[in-house]
Amino acid sequence: MSEQKFLNHKGPTVNDKNKSSAEQYWRANLRLILGCLIVWALVSYGFAILLRPFLVGITVGGTDLGFWFAQQGSILTFIALIFFYSWRMNKLDQKFNVHED
Amino acid sequence: MSQFAINLIFVGGSFALYIAIAIWARAASTKEFYVAGSGVNPVINGMATAADWMSAASFISMAGLIAAGGYANSTYLMGWTGGYVLLAMLLAPYLRKFGKFTVPQFIGDRFYSSGARMVAVICLIIASITYVIGQMTGAGVAFSRFLEVSSTTGLMIAAVVVFVYAVLGGMKGITYTQVAQYVVLIIAYTIPAIFISLQLTGNPIPPLGLFSEHTQSGVALLSKLDSVVRELGFQDYTADVSNKLNMVLFTLSLMIGTAGLPHVIIRFFTVPKVADARWSAGWALVFIAALYLSAPAVAAMARLNLLTTIYPDGTAQSAIAYEDRPEWIKNWEKTKLIQFVDKNQDGRIQLYNDVPAFKEVAESRGWAGNEMTVNNDILVLANPEIANLPMWVVGLIAAGGLAAALSTAAGLLLAISSAVSHDLIKGLIRPDISDRGELIAARISMAVSIVIATWLGIKPPGFAAQVVALAFGIAAASIFPALMLGIFSKRVNSKGAVAGMLAGLISTLVYIFLYLGWFFIPDTASFANTPDNWLLGISPLSFGAVGAIINFIVAIAVSSMTEKPPQEIQDLVESVRYPKGAGAAVGH
Repeated sequence: MSEQKFLNHKGPTVNDKNKSSAEQYWRANLRLILGCLIVWALVSYGFAILLRPFLVGITVGGTDLGFWFAQQGSILTFIALIFFYSWRMNKLDQKFNVHED
Repeated sequence: MSQFAINLIFVGGSFALYIAIAIWARAASTKEFYVAGSGVNPVINGMATAADWMSAASFISMAGLIAAGGYANSTYLMGWTGGYVLLAMLLAPYLRKFGKFTVPQFIGDRFYSSGARMVAVICLIIASITYVIGQMTGAGVAFSRFLEVSSTTGLMIAAVVVFVYAVLGGMKGITYTQVAQYVVLIIAYTIPAIFISLQLTGNPIPPLGLFSEHTQSGVALLSKLDSVVRELGFQDYTADVSNKLNMVLFTLSLMIGTAGLPHVIIRFFTVPKVADARWSAGWALVFIAALYLSAPAVAAMARLNLLTTIYPDGTAQSAIAYEDRPEWIKNWEKTKLIQFVDKNQDGRIQLYNDVPAFKEVAESRGWAGNEMTVNNDILVLANPEIANLPMWVVGLIAAGGLAAALSTAAGLLLAISSAVSHDLIKGLIRPDISDRGELIAARISMAVSIVIATWLGIKPPGFAAQVVALAFGIAAASIFPALMLGIFSKRVNSKGAVAGMLAGLISTLVYIFLYLGWFFIPDTASFANTPDNWLLGISPLSFGAVGAIINFIVAIAVSSMTEKPPQEIQDLVESVRYPKGAGAAVGH
């Protein structure tokens, strides 16, 4: 029952083979999210806050690398992460044929 | 021409532009009113989202808080941008696939319960009203200065203008008005920043100027600032903080609050496709970053300029005489947001950090206490005047600040009124209400919200950006976990979601009210709001992250002890995970 409905009522009826491919798609998505969130946490909570004392040796314009990450570096990384995620997800959508028409 | 007249021309001109665009692109149907026909390009939608998002907190208040707190207040920069990463990956594409207009609708459908929908409406209203208090505070500061009245009168004027602006209604739903507001806002913020960066460092790009050499002294700008503030008894601008736990929780609270605020989430329904919802979050952050990368430069440079004004011959020499104070100090004194008391009767303005550790130095210089208090919320607005920029730049920043405050306040009031009239009254209490009745209910709820927010805004529980941060904490603790679990778990059921939302909301509200006053009513706090009194050193601003963790734990625990959600709900969760067959967003 559920495997016949999983794609939404507007989508085509699917068989077991498609179901496992859908599971693969979702797992690939979760892996990608996890990877991106690790980088997200590393630049903000890591470099900018908790690891800042370990980065004091690296100077950037009158202060240290941790300060730069706190006020600029993390924001630039966030932008790069979202575009990277969107680009990879579009590829996954195509690969698993779940993209919109 | 006087400064007053120039301000009026800039503010009036920008408002005329918004109204003209609103009339030109009037929404043709209810559906277009909400989702702009689901046909908005992701770049344009990103720009409109940025305008919606950047309020008085970002524009007027944030740089002032960073200037005062230095590195410690970097939390605002990271917190209010990092949430877009969560939105793009954890919420926006799936909610777009789900395809309804409002957040309570998703929660009501996913948790198959009108109780869950009702709880979501309550969370939304509490977070939004808190948010409006912050906007009123900021708009009040802006009006008081530019109309040269006291801050309380400025607040009253702001309340009337916001009400008229919000009742004009559909204007807010029109994406192109917001694009115009974004353009006004970003130009107004950037032009003074470029001027000041050129003056101080010779670098025309403020984010680069922040890490450049201070031309006058030949040392790095931040080193110069560190030494100036140190000589006046303040902590170094770039100094590390000792309470890392609080800094982490505060940043986390702002990030997940961003991803839980309904007026931001709703924008992702306006893009044609699921893939566009992801791109749109990226573009929104690009346009937001245009301001957020300049803000720390504005903060550091304004602090340096302010202290150089007070100590024109360096901090080792005597301070400026009160008689010789510049025009901008006189202007802001009228609003009572700058106050001067000549404690040592020497006719000069000693501005320094009046703490026991600095007492000896202060006494040796004949100082009898800090003599000038400067409200943090005035810094961005006063910035062009402090730097002696031309009058038209001052007018421009007035228009930008008001665009930021009024557009967000109006957007939030619309979110509140649709939650009350559509989700609460039509959806739950009286489904047979007429369209006219729904409209009247919407207007009344808007008026009531403004009265409450204005009354609490006279003596706000903090600076504009801090009040807004409280709203984020509330959204983080209540709405975000329910949305995320609704998408990523098939096992969380209605009992779990409702228990989780209530636990997160109530724990966070109680913690905030204990320190900042019950229901934000002044002078009703149970404890003084000082770090010594906080539980484990966690500030009320940061508690939203703890509330969110409580919400997650309660929701999962209660769900695991109760029945599984019905099969059709599990199928619904399955379907939002795949972009195929998204279609256009539909009404209820």
